[in-house]
Amino acid sequence: MAGEHRNENALVDIFKNMPYGPAPEADNVVKAWINDHGGSFGHFINNEWIKPEGRKTYQTKNPSTGQVLATTIQGEETDVDQAVSASRKAYDSWSKTPGHIRARHLYSIARHIQKHMRLMSVVESMDNGKTFRESRDCDVPIVVRHFYHHAGWAQLMDTEMRGWKSIGVVGAIVPWNFPLMLLTWKLAPALAMGNTVVLKPATYTRLSALLLAEICAEAGLPPGVFNVVTGNGAMGSQLATHPDVDKVAFTGSTEVGQKLRRAVAGTGKKLSLELGGKSPVVVFESADLDSAVEGIVDAIWFNQGQVCSAGSKILVQEPVKDQLIMKLKDRLKHLRVGDSLDKTMDMAAIVDESQKKSIEEYVQHARGEGAEVYQATGCFPESGCFYPPTLITNVQTVSKVVREEIFGPVAVLLPFRTAKEAISLANNTNYGLAGSVWTENIGLALEVSLNIKAGTVWVNCHNLFDAAAGFGGYKESGYGRDGGKEGLFEYTRPSWEERLRPEVGEIDYKTFGSTVQQRPTMGNAPITEIPVDGIKMPGIDRTYKMYYGGAQKRPDAPYSRAIYGADGQVFGHVGEGNRKDVRNAVEVAHNAAPGWGKRAAHNRAQIVYYMAENLEIRRNEFAERICKLTGGKLGEGLEEVDLAIHRLFHWGAYCDKYGGTIQETTLYGATMKIHEPVGVIGMACPDEYPLLGFVSLFAPAVIRGNCVVIVPSEKHPLLALDLYQIFDTSDLPGGVVNILTGDRDHITKYLTEHQDIQSMWYFGSAEGSKFVEYTSAVNVKRTWVSYGYKRNWPDREEGQGEEFLYQSVQCKNIWVPMGDIFAN
Amino acid sequence: MHMTGITTGAVCVYPNRVAECKKALKELQATEIPIASVATGFPTGQVPLKTRIEEIELAVMDGASEIDIVINRQYALQGNWQGVYDEVQRMKVACGDAQMKTIIAAGDLGTMANVYKASMVCMMAGADFIKTSTGKESVNATLPIGLVMVRAIRKYHQMTGFKVGFKPAGGIRSAKDACTWMSLMKEELGDDWLNAQLFRIGASGLLTDIERQIFHHVTGRYAAGYEMPMS
Repeated sequence: MAGEHRNENALVDIFKNMPYGPAPEADNVVKAWINDHGGSFGHFINNEWIKPEGRKTYQTKNPSTGQVLATTIQGEETDVDQAVSASRKAYDSWSKTPGHIRARHLYSIARHIQKHMRLMSVVESMDNGKTFRESRDCDVPIVVRHFYHHAGWAQLMDTEMRGWKSIGVVGAIVPWNFPLMLLTWKLAPALAMGNTVVLKPATYTRLSALLLAEICAEAGLPPGVFNVVTGNGAMGSQLATHPDVDKVAFTGSTEVGQKLRRAVAGTGKKLSLELGGKSPVVVFESADLDSAVEGIVDAIWFNQGQVCSAGSKILVQEPVKDQLIMKLKDRLKHLRVGDSLDKTMDMAAIVDESQKKSIEEYVQHARGEGAEVYQATGCFPESGCFYPPTLITNVQTVSKVVREEIFGPVAVLLPFRTAKEAISLANNTNYGLAGSVWTENIGLALEVSLNIKAGTVWVNCHNLFDAAAGFGGYKESGYGRDGGKEGLFEYTRPSWEERLRPEVGEIDYKTFGSTVQQRPTMGNAPITEIPVDGIKMPGIDRTYKMYYGGAQKRPDAPYSRAIYGADGQVFGHVGEGNRKDVRNAVEVAHNAAPGWGKRAAHNRAQIVYYMAENLEIRRNEFAERICKLTGGKLGEGLEEVDLAIHRLFHWGAYCDKYGGTIQETTLYGATMKIHEPVGVIGMACPDEYPLLGFVSLFAPAVIRGNCVVIVPSEKHPLLALDLYQIFDTSDLPGGVVNILTGDRDHITKYLTEHQDIQSMWYFGSAEGSKFVEYTSAVNVKRTWVSYGYKRNWPDREEGQGEEFLYQSVQCKNIWVPMGDIFAN
Repeated sequence: MHMTGITTGAVCVYPNRVAECKKALKELQATEIPIASVATGFPTGQVPLKTRIEEIELAVMDGASEIDIVINRQYALQGNWQGVYDEVQRMKVACGDAQMKTIIAAGDLGTMANVYKASMVCMMAGADFIKTSTGKESVNATLPIGLVMVRAIRKYHQMTGFKVGFKPAGGIRSAKDACTWMSLMKEELGDDWLNAQLFRIGASGLLTDIERQIFHHVTGRYAAGYEMPMS
């Protein structure tokens, strides 16, 4: 009876104190699954477990408890070879498998994951340390949704992705923060579009990827279509650089993303990077502060802040600053931190001690700078790899914790006064992954959302994800999108295009593009004489200048370059552009960009049509000029001019027809995909088709609101220079198209190295292409290069296909939830 | 269980049953259980103010120590918050020492903003509790409504220091639902709001399920509904 008495006392205590009881999720099925594998896992290749002899091993641990879960192996290069060759073999049949059949496979995978949802969620929480509440309610349901959604894309590829085809073998490299979810973001679209995949999961978190591979095999996915190899970072590089890998899809740190960019530069591989972030949470005085507080919990304490899109930089309008801080501190006091399998926990473990240490160092650094660090929790475990939710105030814009990604549960808070100041603070970062805006004023919300330079902006919410909306960054947060139709372009290439495998040796990146300016040439100078009243007069000299900011400009260092006609005679001289000309042109392009982007699409269209109109007036003159320079027949020259006019009309037409779409996500509300301009784009034109090539490149960019700094055909630049009179008479605002003449690779070097060029399009040599891709890594700018291939510019697909639009925009998804109306 | 001294928060009846109820509780030697009465033309409130006030006075006179009133929804939807305030304040005077719970009839208010405003106006006019609904509207105690109301309570507490109670009513039928509402209180308002002084659940059908869950907790077996006494 004594025992009963004790129980009754316990009951009394419970009613008195009303504490949370433990609500543990059982780990026995996961343990049994691990036991089935003898506690040790190999690679999963061709639907079989492969455990090569003599490999080093890695013990994966449960971060909540420190307990060893299982052993995985450290793969070596031959393992990568084996997986890639399995994938390559499977690609032959998988890429030819009809979309409907692929759809059935993806559908089956979704179904099988649902059958094993609980097991997957528990594995994920045990291996990563995240709360079971999150793996069960967020990670795994998103995985399922992604496969269903992409089963649909496989079904519809023939109609919705007409003109695009699969790429080949995709090497996917994913991080440890959402091991299963992020691998799915690569796997589902890759398979849907007919590619096969070799995945390297992160070292800390390999189990769920291996479990998924097993489940895919159970679901009937053919051997070799999806393979998993485990190993360290060096093995990741081996995968990325394997000659038979056609595309590298990466999510992870900016640093590793940059390494990958360099590693695959010039190889003809496609690359998409989803990197780090320092995403702002902008709270206006018109916000519902209580909702904002819960939103901030989702923004920065979700998954212990180990989220690339974590809202780690809170910007709050001054009138409500103190109130918000008070509410946040209050909220922190009852955030519960504990075991990842306890369902009553708000936060669980940090993935690894080294990550925890890095977080600690950041916070310590902030303390050293005199910042106020607030840490409090409702409960906190005595042991295990945990870090408390942290709010840092009294920081400056220069503080390390404000500028760098901490990747932990640490938010910094800064005040602002006006919306304009908020936007400046929000964009004062190298990153551009995401952000959120908090206000009950929908007009303000939209305006600020459009001004934040990031791939996703959430209004009155944060960290919502769905398969129907692409996720990915601006600036150093990378390029490419995971999810939505926009994400499919990362796993397809234009149907006409074959992968190029240029053989480029080592390049000296320091000396590439260096040039020695030309000196005067005698003997073959152009002699034009005009008879006036019987007297032979020398023709008036025509000096071509460069063109930027809407005006003709002499080169910064006035050197000239002789331009030869088809007859070998000097036809004229153009300015020799250098580093400073690039600097000046980029500056004016940026000055023009905001206004140009804001212009009504109708207005942009009118300007482009006007260019066509003015070009047609000078049709014969341009055609003759082309012939004199290239040696073609007049008919060919006329054809090129006509095609250029046609192309101006084509892109003029697209001015107001590619603004974006509404995405059909699971949100109750509207998710808007906006096709925003990329920014200022550097362009190097091909030598061939001096007029058509130039028009084909600048026009799609400009109609989508970009400004360009463009190097015309190095050999025949005069046609582009003749166009600037047409620009001036067509009301094109100054700074939208800026033309720099000279040595293509010399100017390309400085364009690519310029930190404020957002994308570089290069149509030149294979070496130059490699240089551009390699050099772009520093600020993770987008690139589009030819690898030395000479495009058939008159061809409609090659010269004005959908890829031109893809290259001219970046997708931003704005999430606007609803939910004001209820009941009567 | 008897050691915990747990009882129902109150017995809630229509005004003309208050006297009878008081007698019954006396016979059961349970006079410590308060009698609550819905008054003011429950559930619609569509009777003249004079009648509504008298109804309160009569219920209090008969022994009710808690009065659940309904606000004037017409005024609320017209934006006449002053009118709502004035009426509730007069009702509070009529309650005298009895506790006043104000039913905002959230399901009739149309927007969450109105739910918040009604909650605030009632607290300003002297409500001891704010209550979601009569149980007769098409939408009653939902968690989003509850969230808005408890946040109003929190704000009012921060502004004035007064702790106002909360009573969700209508549609709460299972022990699990009750736990969810309790965690809402615990998370948003804290442990102070986890007792009968500041938290009530208006539910006639809930008790049986709570008993069934306790039965399961003790025996490991799920009880049939008919094994529990009807409530």
